[in-house]
Amino acid sequence: MTEVSEQTEKAAQEHEERQPTVIVDNLHIVYRLQGVSAGKGKGRKGKAALRAQAAAAKEQQEQGGGDAAGGGSARGGRASRALRRLTGRSGKGGREVHAIKGVSFTAYRGEAIGVIGSNGSGKSTILRAIAGLMPAERGRVYTDGQPSLLGVNAALMNDLSGERNVILGCLAMGMTPQEAYEKRDDIIKFSGINEKGDFSSLPMRAYSSGMAARLRFAIASAKNHDVLMIDEALATGDRKFRKRSEARIRELRAEAGTVFLVSHSNKSIRDTCDRVLWLESGSLVMDGPTEEVLEAYEEFMSR
Amino acid sequence: MSKRVGPDGVTKDRPDPQAAELAAKYGLSVSGARPGLAEYLRRLWEHRYFIAEFARARSSAKYTRARLGGFWFVLTPLMNAAVYYVIFGLLLGTSRGVEDFISFLVTGVFIFTFTRDTVTAGVKSISGERGLIRALHFPRAVLPLTQVTMKLRQLVISMLVLIVIVVARGNYPDWEWLLIVPVLALQLVFNTGLAMWAARLGSKVSDAAQWLPFVLRVWMYGSGVLYMVEQRADDLPTWALVILDMQPAAVYIDLMRYALMNTHNFGAQYLPPHVWLLALGWALLSLVAGFVYFYRAEEEYGRD
Repeated sequence: MTEVSEQTEKAAQEHEERQPTVIVDNLHIVYRLQGVSAGKGKGRKGKAALRAQAAAAKEQQEQGGGDAAGGGSARGGRASRALRRLTGRSGKGGREVHAIKGVSFTAYRGEAIGVIGSNGSGKSTILRAIAGLMPAERGRVYTDGQPSLLGVNAALMNDLSGERNVILGCLAMGMTPQEAYEKRDDIIKFSGINEKGDFSSLPMRAYSSGMAARLRFAIASAKNHDVLMIDEALATGDRKFRKRSEARIRELRAEAGTVFLVSHSNKSIRDTCDRVLWLESGSLVMDGPTEEVLEAYEEFMSR
Repeated sequence: MSKRVGPDGVTKDRPDPQAAELAAKYGLSVSGARPGLAEYLRRLWEHRYFIAEFARARSSAKYTRARLGGFWFVLTPLMNAAVYYVIFGLLLGTSRGVEDFISFLVTGVFIFTFTRDTVTAGVKSISGERGLIRALHFPRAVLPLTQVTMKLRQLVISMLVLIVIVVARGNYPDWEWLLIVPVLALQLVFNTGLAMWAARLGSKVSDAAQWLPFVLRVWMYGSGVLYMVEQRADDLPTWALVILDMQPAAVYIDLMRYALMNTHNFGAQYLPPHVWLLALGWALLSLVAGFVYFYRAEEEYGRD
């Protein structure tokens, strides 16, 4: 206990001048899939997960009894599962994916944080949770203002023209129609979709996937954000567009409080981030300065 | 400060008791928390342009792949009415005892279709826009409201078709036609509440999209869309007739027939007592209940 409090005191002194913008406190995210029949070995896996949960809860209680609620919910979960089995109401009708398993960290103003991890490690999920788009199963995310997620797969309508999608995207981000119409030409120009002819008036289903991704990025980056999260956006488009979008991200970072960047390209993480979070199957493996974490990650990946 | 990971893959760190204090100190708020009612309504109001543009875009995208394009907006309700006319009016002869059966039928079909389509679209409004929910932050009530707006656009076109038919059948405009506006407004409010209720229903219990059409069909047969319920259900007990007469769809349909048609079986004396109060009451009840029901699950949308 004393060791922990000393550590936090030290950390507090270190961060005295730094203002937190995002606090993630023991976050758990669970996806519930309905109508998915149980896969092979589900019982075993389910039990193992249950045991792990119970063990975690037990340890939490032993470590100072701070989290009675956590233990309670684990017990409640078991009770309700038993009840469901009794009443025959299908627990079998749904499966759960425990995507984020108890992640905690604090991000400060002016930081650029890279999020790395292999496929399916929960990178995109945690960004969604920070943006308030995925409800937390347990734990909390505190943020300064409304964080914005700049995803490349933000839904746009394929049957509509690029121009119309621009207006729609801007309005969805809370702009007034006037602002949206003012920004339209800039956004289309930035996306570069008109470089090969008048594509902006064609429906988006006529676009190549790169063009669509570029337009989405251009729309999403048209607004300034307090906490900005970028999901793989740098991977889209050709080299020319990548350069342009990296410049745009630097601009956004200067204006935004904190930037998160999910990427599989260690190069773009090195270029833009000073701190890195490494996630692996929903847990935080490492959290530290870019070089340190990337070295450990590269070693892990090449194994 | 690296973290240890247990053998079961669960990070072994306790929730930080200071997190909440730290958050409070710097004025951070819980991300994704449902805002208060006033704030929620304010944000919803801020998104009114988005609702309008989204509905317009969706409507115009609807038939872009059909050769006849936007003509289907007119054709769909017409064909609906034609099918019902052939089956019920000609084959089953429900037109007996109804003066100007065509106007009667078309008014009933179009008005009921407005409610039915809004509910059916509402069921899918959350589950069908999961991508949008997971990508962008906005009050989720925007989605059912967009569907309502789309159906309103369709209704305006249907009403023009309806007016042409009704006039062609010899019901010429009179002062009672002014009642069209309040009747539609009340029905719109009623539908909005219903759509929000359906939206939450469809977001969780995925069976709703399957059983709801049947409920709606039963509702239609009990609403006097295709025949006069009173004539067909003579042997029903009085209380059942009263319920059939005072349920919302019947109220809005009867009011619209009263407004549009000049035939004597749709005079004021055939409307149930306190009909306008009923119409208003159903509308407000539906809106408030539907909105509250939807709003209470605001944080949950997008989980699955």
